[in-house]
Amino acid sequence: MTRGRIRARLRLSHLYTFACTRPEATEEGPHSIEGPGYSRIVHCNQPLMHKKKPFKYRSNYISTTKYNLFTFLPKALYEQFHRVANLYFLSAAIVSVTPLSPFSAVSMIAPLVFVVGLSMAKEALEDWRRFMQDIKVNSRKVKFHKEEGVFDYKSWKKLQVGDVVKVEKDQFFPADLLLLSSSYEDGICYVETMNLDGETNLKVKRALEVTLPLDEDASFKNFTGKIKCEDPNPSLYTFIGNFEYDHEIYALDPSQILLRDSKLRNTAFVYGVVIFTGHDSKVMQNATKSPSKRSRIERKMDYIIYVLFSLLLVISLVSSIGFAVKTKFDMPDWWYLQPQNTDDYYDPRKPVLSGVTHLITALMLYGYLIPISLYVSIEVVKVLQATFINQDIQMYDEETGNPAQARTSNLNEELGQVDTILSDKTGTLTCNQMDFLKCSIAGTAYGMSSSEVELAAAQQMASDLEDQDVERSTDFRQKGKQQEIELETVVISEDEMVHKSPIKGFSFEDSRVMEGNWLNEPNADVIMLFFRILAICHTAVPELNEETGSYTYESESPDEAAFLVAAREFGFEFCKRTQSSVFVRERYSASGQTIEREFKLLNMLEFTSKRKRMTVIVRDEDGQILVLCKGADSIIFDRLSKNGRLYEEDTTRHLNEYGEAGLRTLALAYKRLGESEYSAWNNEFQEAKTTIGPDRDLMLENIAEMMERDLILVGATAVEDKLQKGVPQCIDKLAQAGLKIWVLTGDKVETAINIGYACSLLRQGMKQICITEISSDAKEVVKENILLQMTNASQMIKLERDPHAAFALIIDGKTLAYALEDDVKQQFLVLAVQCASVICCRVSPKQKALVTRLVKEGTGKTTLAIGDGANDVGMIKEADIGVGISGVEGMQAVMASDFSIAQFRFLERLLVVHGHWCYKRIAQMVCYFFYKNIAFGLTLFYFEAFAGFSGQSIYDDWYMLLFNVLLTSLPVISLGVFEQDVSSEVCLQFPAVYQQGPKNLFFDWYKILGWMGNGLYSSLIIFFLNIIIFYDQAFREEGQTASMPALGTTMFTCIIWALNCQIAFTMSHFTWIQHLFIWGSIATWYLFLFVYGRLSPSISGNAYQILVEALAPAPIYWLATLLVTIACNLPYLAHISYQRCFHPLDHHIIQEIKYYKKDVEDQRMWTRERSRARERTMIGFSARVDAKIRQLKGKLQRKQPSSEIHSPARSS
Amino acid sequence: MTDTDRGTQRDRNSAFYLFTQQNLPACKPVLTPEWVFMTFLFIGFIFIPVGLVTLRASHSVVEIVERYDIGCVPEPFRINKVSYIQDDSIPKNCSLSFKVPKYMKAPIYIYYQLDNYYQNHRRYVKSRSDKQLLHGQNQHGISSCQPVEVNNDRPIIPCGLIAWSLFNDTFTFIRNRAELKVNRKNIAWKSDREHKFGKNVYPFNFQNGTLIGGGKLNPRIPLSDQEDLIVWMRTSALPSFRKLYGRIEKDLDVDDVVVVHLMNNYNTYSFGGKKKLVLSTTSWLGGKNDFLGLAYVFIGSSSVTIAVVFTLLHLLSHRH
Repeated sequence: MTRGRIRARLRLSHLYTFACTRPEATEEGPHSIEGPGYSRIVHCNQPLMHKKKPFKYRSNYISTTKYNLFTFLPKALYEQFHRVANLYFLSAAIVSVTPLSPFSAVSMIAPLVFVVGLSMAKEALEDWRRFMQDIKVNSRKVKFHKEEGVFDYKSWKKLQVGDVVKVEKDQFFPADLLLLSSSYEDGICYVETMNLDGETNLKVKRALEVTLPLDEDASFKNFTGKIKCEDPNPSLYTFIGNFEYDHEIYALDPSQILLRDSKLRNTAFVYGVVIFTGHDSKVMQNATKSPSKRSRIERKMDYIIYVLFSLLLVISLVSSIGFAVKTKFDMPDWWYLQPQNTDDYYDPRKPVLSGVTHLITALMLYGYLIPISLYVSIEVVKVLQATFINQDIQMYDEETGNPAQARTSNLNEELGQVDTILSDKTGTLTCNQMDFLKCSIAGTAYGMSSSEVELAAAQQMASDLEDQDVERSTDFRQKGKQQEIELETVVISEDEMVHKSPIKGFSFEDSRVMEGNWLNEPNADVIMLFFRILAICHTAVPELNEETGSYTYESESPDEAAFLVAAREFGFEFCKRTQSSVFVRERYSASGQTIEREFKLLNMLEFTSKRKRMTVIVRDEDGQILVLCKGADSIIFDRLSKNGRLYEEDTTRHLNEYGEAGLRTLALAYKRLGESEYSAWNNEFQEAKTTIGPDRDLMLENIAEMMERDLILVGATAVEDKLQKGVPQCIDKLAQAGLKIWVLTGDKVETAINIGYACSLLRQGMKQICITEISSDAKEVVKENILLQMTNASQMIKLERDPHAAFALIIDGKTLAYALEDDVKQQFLVLAVQCASVICCRVSPKQKALVTRLVKEGTGKTTLAIGDGANDVGMIKEADIGVGISGVEGMQAVMASDFSIAQFRFLERLLVVHGHWCYKRIAQMVCYFFYKNIAFGLTLFYFEAFAGFSGQSIYDDWYMLLFNVLLTSLPVISLGVFEQDVSSEVCLQFPAVYQQGPKNLFFDWYKILGWMGNGLYSSLIIFFLNIIIFYDQAFREEGQTASMPALGTTMFTCIIWALNCQIAFTMSHFTWIQHLFIWGSIATWYLFLFVYGRLSPSISGNAYQILVEALAPAPIYWLATLLVTIACNLPYLAHISYQRCFHPLDHHIIQEIKYYKKDVEDQRMWTRERSRARERTMIGFSARVDAKIRQLKGKLQRKQPSSEIHSPARSS
Repeated sequence: MTDTDRGTQRDRNSAFYLFTQQNLPACKPVLTPEWVFMTFLFIGFIFIPVGLVTLRASHSVVEIVERYDIGCVPEPFRINKVSYIQDDSIPKNCSLSFKVPKYMKAPIYIYYQLDNYYQNHRRYVKSRSDKQLLHGQNQHGISSCQPVEVNNDRPIIPCGLIAWSLFNDTFTFIRNRAELKVNRKNIAWKSDREHKFGKNVYPFNFQNGTLIGGGKLNPRIPLSDQEDLIVWMRTSALPSFRKLYGRIEKDLDVDDVVVVHLMNNYNTYSFGGKKKLVLSTTSWLGGKNDFLGLAYVFIGSSSVTIAVVFTLLHLLSHRH
């Protein structure tokens, strides 16, 4: 509070020239607001008016849940029975109550209840979490005007349109507000919109002049007003409305609107009137519904279910027609069935009726083709897989203590099929912390520390060159070449020693300028000027930290803070700002004498994204007037005077180096000004400032332009936008795994491009395609122009001959709005897909979601969106997989996500290891499941043909029941949970193996039909071999022939063996668990048969003593089992042997190398294979290194003819 | 610090940690060309000998099959066999003779074989009451026996279609004018006799209805001793089946002429089923079963073929 008071004396708006200066009178007059879309009327400070129609608007209560208490059951049930399979099981369960069922009702209903219940419980739990989150938000408290100038607290959800609220520092705005006044005299306030657009720099909002007097609680006693404005809409950057106050009408624009979910910063308090509440607010309008996501495999499974269902229908029809025919024509002759005494089911006189009823029986009997147990098993497997993801210690962040979390287990296997990653920038790729790293002063580069990108690239380059040396030594003989290349790397890796300085925002290291040593440098005066520019040219406010006695700085952008920290460390400590002066404590040497200097602030021409520069005009203590300017290098270089270009060449070289190293750069310049020169200019400037009319901005700009001319270059700064740990490596690996990475950010174009460099998404030599809009009023013209730009770009890509050429597409939010329109978006998508990297800047949350949808639907491939803030919620929900970063920011992103990880770098392991595994596991498991049920189910059908299609099963009911529950379930689950084609380390070393997922090698129709064919083959073998062997002959030495139970049990034994051996052949990774489950299942079958046979015959029926007495002593039983098992698996075995040896897949080769331990014995081969197993990439620093090597090679070839001795004297 | 470090170190080697990190020790068999070759060769080397041994066992079995359903109908009735079999006034006795082709070592098993007879029809299979067979009259739960559960409001023992349609042809064997004794004991499973058919359950009200099915039972012999019934009630899996009738416990020599006197009572004519009489010896494998041996040899040799072809392909592809 007190701090706020102190600062409240400042009229900060006087500092600003462009953003906040306001013409003294309303120059435009009120907006003409008529017609549809502008119906909202807000009676300020009269919330009672909004209690009833027509001014009753939605309350400020928000709900993000999918269900409520009453809709849960119908809605969730609808979701569940949306699945074809569940619907089928439901009908089966209904029929099972009738006598038509060949099985008992419980055996049909119980699994259905289990599956549906489990899924619904999961849904309910997730929704409950959302509900709790809503409650938390809804019950936040805010101060509102109660009556008679008294303010009191009430919870957010009770807030009403028209309420006057008082929001204090670092609080969130509870609704969309009209700013009336703030603790600053001139009614400005700072707002952080992190949750809306991900931008971290502060935005300035200002109140209308007329409402400025309303700056204390009491003044609201008699305040009334009326706002007429647009209806609720999702556009964050527009607002049109009129404010009627004191019989005058004033126009409102976005700079008076405080949006819900943004935060008040650097301002003690503001007063505002609620305009949009709850779901009407802009941020909620941006919210997209949380969809129920289903994985690709699961969706495809539906089609398989259709196929199987058709098969089921066909064989049921065959069966029932067969039955009807048999009943009509043959049954009258079968006296032993007493055909004359039958009920309807077997009546030869009514074959159609018996056929129809038999159809239902058959549908249930062959129901094994559509395995409900598959759904149960998949649920179980996915939950276990999710547990493994949660437990993975290598995705556990020790700093925050956050493990990775699979928040839904539906999408595990989808992680293995991702094609495009759409990533947020701030908080996801970067920490949102700037570090002053290097600078170039007077043409000399200072700063020894390396950026993370340099370090990562150097490491990569060193290891890559090692590999390539090995290969190249055979190709090239000249040693000189290698030396040359090695030298390049040494230059970079020299700096590898890093001592991270403990000062936040300052990683600079160079003894030449630190500790006052700069005084001994040749250009000491220029260096001093450089530091002064850093300390003076900004808009920040210092804050004394009373504990440490040092200053911290609150600035609009983190860059400025980094500059000020740097200046402080160099001995130029910015310590005080008054209305007209900036005070800097200057310390010239290590001895520590400090002089406090005052710089009179004459004018400030602040930074805007259009100007890309900032200038202050100050008068120093000697009366000298200085123009200090910092800005984008291209802008500054254009404005240098002839004699100011002394250092231009060197500085440019340094700037290029910095850019290549992924740093954000600014150039600094100055000029001295004579008194008369200044006053002439200032007069003009003041005049322009007070002009009224539409030309005012233009005039101001022109006059500012005049001042920012003939500058003298001082140097340049390089600031590292600190990437999160491991981001470049992670992006490189993901690129090698063949993933495309798009960056969608709310940040400025320049920032985004810088980060693009830092992450190696962009590099030197990459062709950047910038699509921008021309400023024109006519929408059609703009659109036409954008279309033209895109056509040209596509043409350019088409005509490109260089195979290594890479393109980057950069587009900003406004242009994107056009590009996303229905008639343009296809072309945009085509262009974007051709580019190696795509960066979208200044995009709103809604646009993020739209881009995500465009990629998802346009390419038909799996998309993954990753982000950390509330502004990413839309795209997280929209993408096939949403990943939230559970970092420092709020929990909204995590709440909306399907997976949450603590750091971006964990994404690599999540996708490349877990995704790959889960995809393969589920794919193989589902395929095997269909195989197993076809192999089993069809034997039932074949038997029908031998039993007059009567619906008799050859197996005991218990066998059938246990088949899916006990005898074959655990091996499948172990396949689904524990299978690893290659170990996690190998997955990471061979990222290209990941491509098996996006290419869907393990769940395409070829594979699925192959497995189904295998099932068909197995069923034929199992049935007919057994039938022929046990046809009519005695099967024992004692002369007994095989009865139905004996044959059925033998056949079932064969099934158990064949299926379990099949799964053993499918697996490639056996821990004791797999062994236990597979061989245990077989053992369980014999054990069950033994125990079941021992039970009283009233329970076991025909199976009484069958193993001990009848089958086990008969050698033919064992021989048949062996024969059938081998015969079933022989073709599969031959197939995989053939495939492995002659058409091996990636993982086959790796497995073989590992098996022969070649990775240990033959390191060289291992590394060669590794470098081959990369997807050809255009992005990531591997690609950067490759490009560099190509460049070097080119250089060498040019040098070759001269055949000089390359001097290795390269040090800098 | 060091304590916790050591603690985590120990944790990291624990089985549970390895399990959650999916790092359990595992064997990862890889189908290398050598393994492929060895596996297929191994299968071949196991299967071919087993197949040969099995074939030999099968060849050692001597089997005589005689169809009698047509031959036993007197010439005048051959046009309408059904009326012949249903007419009680016509004597059903019949005889046939055959020559023993090879030496048959005792025990020689006698089977009757029926074709096109759906003992596996759902209606038929379900029509029995295991409870009644074991516990007799005082037990309820004979509703499953439909449509043969009661007659004149009194339950039938044994009830159900299966029992009602009991096979009732009988055979006597004569060699060299001396009757060959047929042992008809112990033809059913021991467990069936002792645990599934009651010792105190006697046939009752059986074949008393208007519809007469198959054979009658001696009401003074308990069900557990009615082995014909027990064998019959083990329903067959396929519509063509053999059931054990008895054993001849004397060897038969080559060229012995055996005359069979049989009572051709059982009606298979209405549905065109065949009836056959089978005499067979057994080996350790059971009856004559060439298929099993052939299948083994086939699988074995195809496996060896695959191994050879595979090796050739492998060598060829490596030359490139």
